[in-house]
Amino acid sequence: MTKYLRSKTENKNFDVIIIGAGIVGSMIARFLSRYKLDILLIEKEADVCMGTTAANTAIIHAGYDPLPGTLKAEMNILGNRMWNTVAGELNIPFERRGDYVVAIGKKELPHLDELFQRGVKNGVPGMMLISGDEVRKREPDINPDVSGALWAETGGITDPFAANFAACENAVMNGVTLLLETAFEAFVIDGKRIVGIKTNKGTFGTRWIVNAAGLYSDDVMHKAGIRPEFKITPRKGEYYVFDSADISVNNVLFPVPTVISKGIMVTTTVHGNTIIGPNAESIQDKEDTSVTEEGLTEVWRGAVKLVPKLNLRYAISLFAGLRAEGNARCKNQNVNYSHDYVIEIPAEIQGLVNLGGIESPGLASSPAIAQRIVGLLKDAGEKLEEKSDWNPIRPARPRFRDLSKEEQKILIHNDPEYGRIVCRCENVTEGEIVAEIHSPIPARTYDAIKRRTWLGTGRCQGAFDTPRVVGILSRELGLPPEQISKKGPGSEFLVGKTKKV
Amino acid sequence: MALKKKFDVVVVGSGPGGLGAAIAAKKAGAEDVLIIERDKELGGILLQCIHNGFGTEMFKEDLPGPKYAQRFVGEALSLGIETLLDAMVLDITPLRHIYATSKWSGFIEIDARAVVLAMGARERTRSQIRTPGTRPAGVYTAGTAQRFVNIEGFMPGKRFVILGSGDIGMIMARRLTLEGAKIERVLEIMPFLTGVTRNYVQCLRDFDIPLQLRHTVNRILGNKRVEAIESVQVDEQMKPIPGTEEIIPADTLLLSVGLIPENELSKKAGVGLDPITGGPYVNEEMETTVPGIFSAGNVVHIYDLVDWVTEAGYIAGKGAAKFALSERKHGLDSVKLKVGVNIHHIIPHMLSKESLRDIPQKLQVRVIKPIEGKVWIEVTDGKNLLARKLERYVRPGEMVTIEIPQKAYDMVKNAETLTVNIVKFG
Ligand SMILES: Cc1cc2nc3c(=O)[nH]c(=O)nc-3n(C[C@H](O)[C@H](O)[C@H](O)COP(=O)(O)OP(=O)(O)OC[C@H]3O[C@@H](n4cnc5c(N)ncnc54)[C@H](O)[C@@H]3O)c2cc1C
Ligand SMILES: Cc1cc2nc3c(=O)[nH]c(=O)nc-3n(C[C@H](O)[C@H](O)[C@H](O)COP(=O)(O)OP(=O)(O)OC[C@H]3O[C@@H](n4cnc5c(N)ncnc54)[C@H](O)[C@@H]3O)c2cc1C
Repeated sequence: MTKYLRSKTENKNFDVIIIGAGIVGSMIARFLSRYKLDILLIEKEADVCMGTTAANTAIIHAGYDPLPGTLKAEMNILGNRMWNTVAGELNIPFERRGDYVVAIGKKELPHLDELFQRGVKNGVPGMMLISGDEVRKREPDINPDVSGALWAETGGITDPFAANFAACENAVMNGVTLLLETAFEAFVIDGKRIVGIKTNKGTFGTRWIVNAAGLYSDDVMHKAGIRPEFKITPRKGEYYVFDSADISVNNVLFPVPTVISKGIMVTTTVHGNTIIGPNAESIQDKEDTSVTEEGLTEVWRGAVKLVPKLNLRYAISLFAGLRAEGNARCKNQNVNYSHDYVIEIPAEIQGLVNLGGIESPGLASSPAIAQRIVGLLKDAGEKLEEKSDWNPIRPARPRFRDLSKEEQKILIHNDPEYGRIVCRCENVTEGEIVAEIHSPIPARTYDAIKRRTWLGTGRCQGAFDTPRVVGILSRELGLPPEQISKKGPGSEFLVGKTKKV
Repeated sequence: MALKKKFDVVVVGSGPGGLGAAIAAKKAGAEDVLIIERDKELGGILLQCIHNGFGTEMFKEDLPGPKYAQRFVGEALSLGIETLLDAMVLDITPLRHIYATSKWSGFIEIDARAVVLAMGARERTRSQIRTPGTRPAGVYTAGTAQRFVNIEGFMPGKRFVILGSGDIGMIMARRLTLEGAKIERVLEIMPFLTGVTRNYVQCLRDFDIPLQLRHTVNRILGNKRVEAIESVQVDEQMKPIPGTEEIIPADTLLLSVGLIPENELSKKAGVGLDPITGGPYVNEEMETTVPGIFSAGNVVHIYDLVDWVTEAGYIAGKGAAKFALSERKHGLDSVKLKVGVNIHHIIPHMLSKESLRDIPQKLQVRVIKPIEGKVWIEVTDGKNLLARKLERYVRPGEMVTIEIPQKAYDMVKNAETLTVNIVKFG
């Protein structure tokens, strides 16, 4: 694999280079892989899906929240519609189970109307205002003071890791070159035209650059001299994850939103865990995904307002994600909004496809954003000839715990490595781990395996599997255990051998 | 050799609890006894406990963990107990149909006349105690670090902070020091030690490792690998006291903040769990609320002495054999045990009305707060004192036992509930 990459990139000019392998960069790579283009996708981290896409609420929003007339609203609505197809082709877990905005007490009720109207303007189908009694019936653990809810049947949930990997893997299957631990540093500019980029791994020539750098999209565009006033402010959101065996909230429950965010929610996930969060706190440091006492307390207060019976005792994990909040004004002069998405080919310089401020609902919007980029390139005169052998299907690999006992039997019969459980809480097998290590985007770190298989995400949080996974990675990669890391260089698990073994 | 499809007694887990149960079941007349163990060897967590301190009650000897385990492994094998290693039990039904999987034997289904659950415990993690900060490499539970060091032969760090004064953490403090690592600090949020005093003396004091009571981790620092731990003092409500923060440079944080009985399988089997212990409700035979399903060891409640785990295993194994041979289909008529002041929990939760007919019954008790001074442990039915025992002190880290003599048979038979109290001496 590595060898293939090296020969492919040496002295090579690409048609398109995409910076950032989050969901947005990966979806773009996947959509562009349909055409006869030489595409390079670079990612500064040791794996794909290490940025914002790795820490969010995983909702495919129905689209009643963004202000009508914004690019955000447009992308959300278009994106939401595409998820059945995208999830089907890429074999991503996706459940269109609908979502609720829940009003607690009479005072919050008017907000539901407001959201409903917004949804109608945005073109959200299948919305309904339902009574407090009806909400109590559908979610018995809801706060008994519930006064009503907005129900949107097109809301859904997915697994953002799976979506990110699948999109990227399908891109790689279709000829996109992926380089990890490769950081964009500067543009090579010839007059008013971008002709290449400099990275820590060398210089690559290209005709087009796509800025999908998430939190760092402002830095990237500034280096091209575009939108000097544009600024990303990281806004942190913290979460708790609960043990699926002990807490089961069956629905996607939003509170009535505040001015700055959609509020602290209580929601189920495609893995059956309940998660609560996020709060919203603007910070400075784009790498600061630490959880804080204050943040967790705020999340807890917000969540028990919706579902009072939650119990901290069953929390199994904490995490935080950073929204890449931008300050771009909505293009539509009639809409007073200054946190809109940037999706453009700027006139000031040639060769840049510029994105910025892709905060929530960026996951939901990602297929539409990718589709829009295809359109922008066409508009810019790219021929975009379709490949005859493009394969939109990314086959799923078996997940032991999702199979019936009969299916498990057959799987183990065919490959005994699927008979050995390595993660005792989530029942992830050695077979699955080995398959990921040798997949088109090889998993080379503990977190890479965790995010692909869901190993180590249960109640013991990897206490059991960590030594075993270090052993398997070491064996399969032919590396000494001391070189096996959690998430790339500098995060190795072990510092050396004991005195006498 | 093909595995049989039906066993008298199937034991899940081969720690001291499981080994004891299998041996006792066989000795009590069960013919086909099987141990299923997910690890590659028999012995459970003892295999990674290479320090001394095991067997002081059972053998009056001071053995390392693997040696202690070996005595029971040897006995189990010589008794003809069958074993299935490197095999994980996935599911047990209330009627004792067992599903397991293994790389070597494939997907396995077995019926058991009686089952003993002996899955041990897992360690509490960082998220469960809500430790703020980043999520870098270098945060381990003490048991995971113990496995890396003692089984795999690798060092997980050089400079450690240990959170929690539990036994595993203290034992690891000594072990890592002997391996050349520096233990900067052991932090304990409670105003008292949570492990046994002997470990404090032998593992911390003798190695000049500082222990700070009423302190906890305020924050983990470092993005890729732990770079430092910020400690903080806490008040009576265990809330951080502003201004007492201290940055301790370290590359590793070990967590020794308690064990949680591992009962996911028990839940699937429909076994009732006590929210206080996290383990099954049990009677004096260590039978759970599902007839024919017994349990023993850390899966029931957390032990500090392995000898008592073995003893609990014996009781469960004997009960399981009895059930398997008689095929009793119902539960037993019993008396509940109630906790008195300063008592955390009592095992067993109930005594069957006939329990004192043939033998006295020992209760295992954990206290909530330490009392440094003589106390009576008493068992009453409200009117009569059934048993009473003097202790020099009681501490949460050290389980106490009290035996109800056979002469209390009639009182137990007629009682509604029995209460265990701790009463100051004099
Ligand atoms: C708390 C929270 C909750 C959210 N909830 C939802 C939700 O429920 N539904 C929803 O639709 N959206 C949600 N979002 C938004 C969604 O997560 C994001 O919009 C989406 O993940 C953005 O994807 P991305 O690819 O733009 O960014 P990222 O995933 O951050 O990807 C950008 C990538 O670029 C890489 N990169 C950066 N600089 C360089 C460089 N110089 N060289 C090479 N690579 C570089 C980064 O390492 C990163 O991998 C939420 C976000 C947050 C923070
Ligand atoms: C990490 C750790 C370190 C410890 N260190 C010490 C110490 O240093 N000194 C001391 O006195 N005490 C120590 N203890 C306490 C010790 O656990 C008890 O004294 C005793 O070993 C518990 O025995 P057990 O049989 O209940 O459980 P364990 O010894 O934990 O045995 C349980 C067994 O069940 C197996 N198992 C679990 N689930 C399944 C399944 N689904 N399928 C198949 N097999 C399964 C496990 O692999 C394990 O082998 C430690 C405990 C832990 C958790």
